[in-house]
Amino acid sequence: MNLLVCISKTPETTAKIGFTDGDSKFNEEGVQFIMNPYDEWYALVRAIELKESVGGKVVAINVGPASNDVVIRKALAIGADEAVRINAEPQSAMTTAKYIADYAKSGDFDIVFLGKETIDYNGSEVGSMVAEYLDLPFFSYVSKLEMDGSKAIVTRDVEGGQETAEYTGAFVLSAAKGLAEQRIPNMRGIMMAKRKPLNVIEPSATEDLSVVVKYELPEAKSGVKMLDADDMDELVRLLHEEAKVI
Amino acid sequence: MSVLVYIENPKGNFKKAANELIFFGRSVADKMNVECHAVVLGSVSSFDAIQNAGAHKIHHFSDNSFDAFDSQQVAKIVDTAANAVGAKVIVVGHTANGKSILGRVAVRQNAGSVSGVNTMPTLDGGFKIKKGVFSGKATAEFEIKSDVKVLSLMGNSFQASDFDNTAEIVTDSSTNSDSSVTITDLSTVEGTVPLPEAELVVSAGRGMKGPENWGIIDELANELGATTACSRPVADIGWRPHHEHVGQTGVAIRPNLYIAAGISGAIQHLAGVNQSKTIVVINKDPEAPFFKAADYGICADLFDVVPKITEALKKYKANN
Ligand SMILES: Cc1cc2nc3c(=O)[nH]c(=O)nc-3n(C[C@H](O)[C@H](O)[C@H](O)COP(=O)(O)OP(=O)(O)OC[C@H]3O[C@@H](n4cnc5c(N)ncnc54)[C@H](O)[C@@H]3O)c2cc1C
Repeated sequence: MNLLVCISKTPETTAKIGFTDGDSKFNEEGVQFIMNPYDEWYALVRAIELKESVGGKVVAINVGPASNDVVIRKALAIGADEAVRINAEPQSAMTTAKYIADYAKSGDFDIVFLGKETIDYNGSEVGSMVAEYLDLPFFSYVSKLEMDGSKAIVTRDVEGGQETAEYTGAFVLSAAKGLAEQRIPNMRGIMMAKRKPLNVIEPSATEDLSVVVKYELPEAKSGVKMLDADDMDELVRLLHEEAKVI
Repeated sequence: MSVLVYIENPKGNFKKAANELIFFGRSVADKMNVECHAVVLGSVSSFDAIQNAGAHKIHHFSDNSFDAFDSQQVAKIVDTAANAVGAKVIVVGHTANGKSILGRVAVRQNAGSVSGVNTMPTLDGGFKIKKGVFSGKATAEFEIKSDVKVLSLMGNSFQASDFDNTAEIVTDSSTNSDSSVTITDLSTVEGTVPLPEAELVVSAGRGMKGPENWGIIDELANELGATTACSRPVADIGWRPHHEHVGQTGVAIRPNLYIAAGISGAIQHLAGVNQSKTIVVINKDPEAPFFKAADYGICADLFDVVPKITEALKKYKANN
């Protein structure tokens, strides 16, 4: 199978979030970046597992500047066969999806994998856009994927439960927890990654239709009110009268 | 011109989220001085619940081939309907299905999109709207520059209320889905409000010691009419079902009340719950980081405190 995995770079989960340039840009200073966890743990690993069981190749694709190469090399170290970087600063979901879809069209891929969202913009938009550009079905929040010959059996998370679908043909999926288990790259993988191809492609011109104009940090909580464990009537009173939530 | 809202009706029924979406669509439409239209696909047991929610017209594509969700088919219908009613703003829910059509519709309409919005847009000096980013640690204001805008609305962002008009229902029974995806199973919990829609949530973590102890959490949730949630390790070891896991790698929620028992409040857990309006934390460790994010804290053994809260609620209900 020919498998394409979209990977993105995000701030590490405990990173301190701050902004610069009149609160219009994320402050990257001192922030450590990682591969978006859903892309790495679930999308990439499931693609590699499939390749290991039925043969084929796994291509990792990233839209981003040269500084993203570290993250891309990690995908190669975990087991992708080759990688592609579209040399553009990703500004909106739509342009990112367009670049990915343009590349995917050239490659005859059976499945395009993405993580269910990135942990920075929490957009969850790119997957369904790629699917639309490619005119393929899209399964979001997939927590299980099995192949039965050429038929895919896909289980996706929906509110309060799961849905299972069957489909034969190429499709796009976004990966959620459960799809695979995280793999830590080993020494051999890291060495091999250095020799695997990482092709850089210059993007075509596009326009961003939706852009961030300003960021805000939430107001600090006014401080916790500690209550006496023996007086839960007081909690109920506060929830009713002060917080007005019950 | 109009605002178009795509409404989900899982298993033929409208959920609370449907009213909130229409309320939002109508409020945006009123701001723009245009009509609000809604699109509904597949079997509907009754329109009663949403007929006064604010839409002027509800376009119902009633063929039951639409009962099986396929984002490609739904996007096609929403796109066609949007063109027919001249939609300038298209709104879907920030749900598994809503999100999987958001991008498709944006591409079809060549529209700028923002997912997970939680405020009303401002219209002077461009169409601007806000959403939570960095897993709730910040807010970003987006500007959408295209003529048509596509949004997904984060659940529990608005308190819906009815409008005094009754929506006209326009039925199309001839269009059907030509999906080649076969849905073989849809199993969802019945009888409880799904987490992303829940106003009240009772959540518990590793401090529970084992799955056999969850009775006190269920009792408190029942008494409140709340939905239950849990921390990630608890779902990972199988003490609780996976769909209850909240946080950065689980569901992100913004209920009015989030009660956390035996959860330390790690940054990745907070990422999924920090937009809750009121947070109550029960933890026996005074140093637990969760207290810093809480409105009310109780530093004590949860096995003592949780049943006491249930009792206090019973007493309160009996007296009111
Ligand atoms: C990339 C990444 C993503 C993650 N995503 C998530 C996520 O989405 N959601 C999530 O929840 N976690 C997530 N985590 C894990 C997170 O870091 C924490 O490990 C996890 O939230 C801890 O769960 P917990 O609070 O239930 O358990 P613990 O940290 O073990 O805390 C248990 C708490 O219970 C208290 N306690 C024990 N006994 C009692 C008692 N009798 N009465 C009162 N209190 C008691 C203890 O004082 C302690 O504070 C993620 C981690 C990483 C690295």
